[in-house]
Amino acid sequence: MSLQEFWDYLVLGVMLGSLYAVIAIGYTLVYGVLQLINFAHSEVFMLGAYGSLIVLQLVSPGDNPSVMASIGFVALAMAGSALFGGVTAYGLEKVAYRPLRRRGAPRLIFLITAIGASFFLYNLAGKLFGRDPLPLPEMYENREIFSLFGAGVNITQLLQFATAVVMMVLLDLVVNRTKLGMGIRAVAQDAEVAGLMGVNIDKVVSRTFIIGGVLGGVAGFLFANLNQVSYTMGFIPGITAFAAAVVGGIGNIRGAMFGGVLIGIVETMTVPLLGDEWRSVSAMVVLILVLMFRPMGILGERVGRAA
Amino acid sequence: MSTTTELRKDTGTPDSAEETLLELCSMHVFYGAIEALKGIDLTVRKGEIVALLGGNGAGKTTTLRTISGMLQPRQGEVRYRGERIDGIKSHELVQFGIGHVPEGRRVFAAMTVRDNLEMGAYRFSSVDPADMDRVFTLFPRLAERRSQLAGTLSGGEQQMLAIGRALMGEPELLLLDEPSMGLAPLIVQQIFEIIEEINKQGTTVLLVEQNATQALGLANRGYVLETGSVAMSGPAAELLSDPRIREAYLGEGAA
Repeated sequence: MSLQEFWDYLVLGVMLGSLYAVIAIGYTLVYGVLQLINFAHSEVFMLGAYGSLIVLQLVSPGDNPSVMASIGFVALAMAGSALFGGVTAYGLEKVAYRPLRRRGAPRLIFLITAIGASFFLYNLAGKLFGRDPLPLPEMYENREIFSLFGAGVNITQLLQFATAVVMMVLLDLVVNRTKLGMGIRAVAQDAEVAGLMGVNIDKVVSRTFIIGGVLGGVAGFLFANLNQVSYTMGFIPGITAFAAAVVGGIGNIRGAMFGGVLIGIVETMTVPLLGDEWRSVSAMVVLILVLMFRPMGILGERVGRAA
Repeated sequence: MSTTTELRKDTGTPDSAEETLLELCSMHVFYGAIEALKGIDLTVRKGEIVALLGGNGAGKTTTLRTISGMLQPRQGEVRYRGERIDGIKSHELVQFGIGHVPEGRRVFAAMTVRDNLEMGAYRFSSVDPADMDRVFTLFPRLAERRSQLAGTLSGGEQQMLAIGRALMGEPELLLLDEPSMGLAPLIVQQIFEIIEEINKQGTTVLLVEQNATQALGLANRGYVLETGSVAMSGPAAELLSDPRIREAYLGEGAA
């Protein structure tokens, strides 16, 4: 691998990783407040992509839109994905998980429900939206806008990376600087005592799902913008991002960010070194190696720590 | 103990001491099929310190958890200022002015001392700096460690933080669940002095303790629970001199 190739793949890896990081946050937030692995989060991601597709089909950007129009289309698509992602996650919590919490169901039941909800949602999407992959309508003319260490970066990649970074910064602020964030952290550490302090646990859990859903939905849009929209698109990125959340230390938000970028880089670097077919394998190898030496994940200290 | 701390705004005049704050009327609580509380009657009047004594499994913690809405009674009533509060969830109950310092302290270990105290004021739209000052005056150790993670504090400091956190919610009634648990005698002494101080400042206290001598030394009245029922109750001085209490608890209390 030449030095130039190294830079090329590193830049690609960081960009992909930023996307994994945003999805991983969705897993880790929900795990933080409920100790639940929300396997249906991959479907939140997928439906977010459909949200942007539906919005773009409605406004149907024509050929060669102006710069302002392009920005508008991107903003609308993003809003559509955030809405779909947020609503899906909110609905999931309300319909699938809350009744189980009311009954104090064992963890295994939650896990199976999550997998069931995932099956339901992607089959529903296949039925509603068709089973053929669709590209997002072009919102702007994609071109290389600058190069980083000789590696060309185009608008789509920049959009993906910049959006991911902005979302992560905002999330960090919400969790560490707002009252809702404080409630989320308190519920993650000791839900019962948080209740004694006046935290409405149901409300905090619901909002946590919405935050994770918005992030996951927008990530779905960014991913689809680079690839395509399909009802099965959530599975592989979902599993990979979940691995990233575990690598970083599930329940720890900064861990999820770190794990996401790490897995993104490792996966991408695998392509020139071992070949494309080893990509997903390498992500899982990282997971296994980390778990062998640090079962709590790289930044994980103890279960229940949210930030 | 300093008494310079400002008096709380809702501090009652001495003649309001007869006013009933909390009332449990034949309260039955179950864990599944097991009856943990078999009809508890208990009254706490404004301004009092009431001790709730008894051995392990007597139902002391269950009583407190039911008062603060974490458990629901299957029969009977919980009344606060005459209003029924059983069935109200714990996060809503905070608005009534009931603070609960749970068994085992349960501070938010991954948060700083300051954040823990701010959590205590969660029910308010913003943190009142006067409340924070009051807690730091009562517990100067917490002021020194305000930026430290709660998990790194000693057991005694965590207990102080747990009490301070509850005070941040400006409770009218403070439920304390075994504040002396696992602490060195000197620290227990300190904690009890502070509880007395908090009470003098106008907060009514319901104190659960296994340490009967010390709790009765502090309290106005006491209740002794045995396997889910009130076995004895009365003024603290009477209970202290009761031979049955001396036999059953004082040996245990000294241990």
